[in-house]
Amino acid sequence: MRKKEEGTILSQEEICPGIFDLRVKAPNAAAAASAGQFVDLYLQDPARLLPRPISICSADPTQGILRLIYRVSGDKTGTGELSRMKPGSALSLLGPLGNGFPLTEAGDGHVFLVGGGVGIPPLLQAAGELLDLRGRAENTDIILGYRDRNSFLAREFEPLGRVVIATEDGSVGTKGTVLDAIRAEKLHADVIFACGPKPMLAALARYAQEREIPCWVSMEERMACGIGACLACVCRTKETDGHSNVKNRRVCKDGPVFRADEIEF
Amino acid sequence: MKVNLAGVTLKNPVMTASGTFGSGQEFSEFVDLSRLGAVVTKGVASHPWEGNPTPRVAEVYGGMLNAVGLQNPGIDRFCERDIPFLSRFDTRIMVNVCGHTEEEYCEVVERLADEPVDLLEINISCPNVKEGGIAFGTDPKAVESITRAVRRHAKQPVIMKLSPNVTSIEDMARAAEAGGADGISLINTITGMKIDVSRRKFVLANKTGGMSGPAIKPVAVRMVYQASHAVRIPVIGMGGIMTGEDAAEFMLAGATAVSVGTANFVDPAATVRILAELEDYMRRTGTEDVNELIGAVAE
Repeated sequence: MRKKEEGTILSQEEICPGIFDLRVKAPNAAAAASAGQFVDLYLQDPARLLPRPISICSADPTQGILRLIYRVSGDKTGTGELSRMKPGSALSLLGPLGNGFPLTEAGDGHVFLVGGGVGIPPLLQAAGELLDLRGRAENTDIILGYRDRNSFLAREFEPLGRVVIATEDGSVGTKGTVLDAIRAEKLHADVIFACGPKPMLAALARYAQEREIPCWVSMEERMACGIGACLACVCRTKETDGHSNVKNRRVCKDGPVFRADEIEF
Repeated sequence: MKVNLAGVTLKNPVMTASGTFGSGQEFSEFVDLSRLGAVVTKGVASHPWEGNPTPRVAEVYGGMLNAVGLQNPGIDRFCERDIPFLSRFDTRIMVNVCGHTEEEYCEVVERLADEPVDLLEINISCPNVKEGGIAFGTDPKAVESITRAVRRHAKQPVIMKLSPNVTSIEDMARAAEAGGADGISLINTITGMKIDVSRRKFVLANKTGGMSGPAIKPVAVRMVYQASHAVRIPVIGMGGIMTGEDAAEFMLAGATAVSVGTANFVDPAATVRILAELEDYMRRTGTEDVNELIGAVAE
């Protein structure tokens, strides 16, 4: 039987205003995790019932360590509580959950890894796995979209591919969206993997469809159970899904990564 | 730990609450379903339902709101896939039935008549669908009428699931009994709302949702107590059960069996933990038979 794992917080750091970098000793989850999967974190306040689904930024199976980067949604929220937890604290979690990026689909093609905001962290694991798979970083473009100059993680991507940055305020890289940066840098891809806010994913899905580029997107939705039973976190699909028998799929169980052309944005 | 629920023997009184456990498949990775008194499935209708737009859930302090809107694959797919899956386990199967009209409820109940299903739970109390659901569950005449109609078509014992969003739960319980119900279950969720004050928007796409979780438990215990004193048929208690002592509390209030709902989201193994804790409570209090707990609160 699968069960929750009792992890231990090793370190926690605010790497940008409101963005926290948490490392957790959780050997079972770390051993099984792959890029694009997530873990459910359970809070200590028993009145905050629901687990917080957080994407896996990186997993070190030999050390048994998960790295999770998340945005605090408010001082009095569950992520606020999480951000105040100190090294040595117990942190109960479930995972890895969901299906990650099918990186082998990249073959030898030119890949875009596209991330926006807190959608960026899971791409670090994806970029690392892609480099392991292909042995070279030359045909990987990593396009990262931020609000402003707080371009967390950007430097860590540098050994893994060509990093291109877009910011909403133009303080770093191209001013505008990730698509503005792709056009400005005249980039071209054979395969796209993306994680970020829904409008970004919708725009990328259109971009990919127009150019007939295979594209996978990691969707986000409010979750409850995290294991596919409660049907809270569905996304709309173009075709009737085999499990739900309606045009809905479960983000937590069938995703969070989907073929972009399956999704009705 | 055996209890008799409307003529069906359960190996223990701990069941799942409809809508929180799917048809058991996902949770079977975390829980041996054969340890449960019964698995109560998510509501199933005569045809597939899409459910509501997202967000469908929101956390509130001590509880949560949901407005899933009874998304379900329809009775045909359910009979092909979910009943055969559940039949592999040594547990009772209670199918929760939903519908927009009396005819739709009856169609599903008829379809289940020759399936290996032990009990039916009729959801006349979902606060998240526009037609059917709670519309049937908040008027005693409608409760009695739909109970009678369903009872006529059903081969299995019929449990009517009641809404707490009423002035008198006793009237609803009596109406179900008058219509021929073999049991009642309560409470369904309490209608609630959450507003994001920084964005000045409703958190749920449906605006309102059903509240569940430990914050509603005192309301649920009170209603189980009142309902069980109003009728002779057995009562299934639910609403915020998180521990074995919570389960015992519902039984002391008058429940023959209990359903664990929101706790499954806090811990996928909550059902079996609660069962173990209930057994522990019995040991500590010198209770030899779980049936001794039913309605045993000192007056």
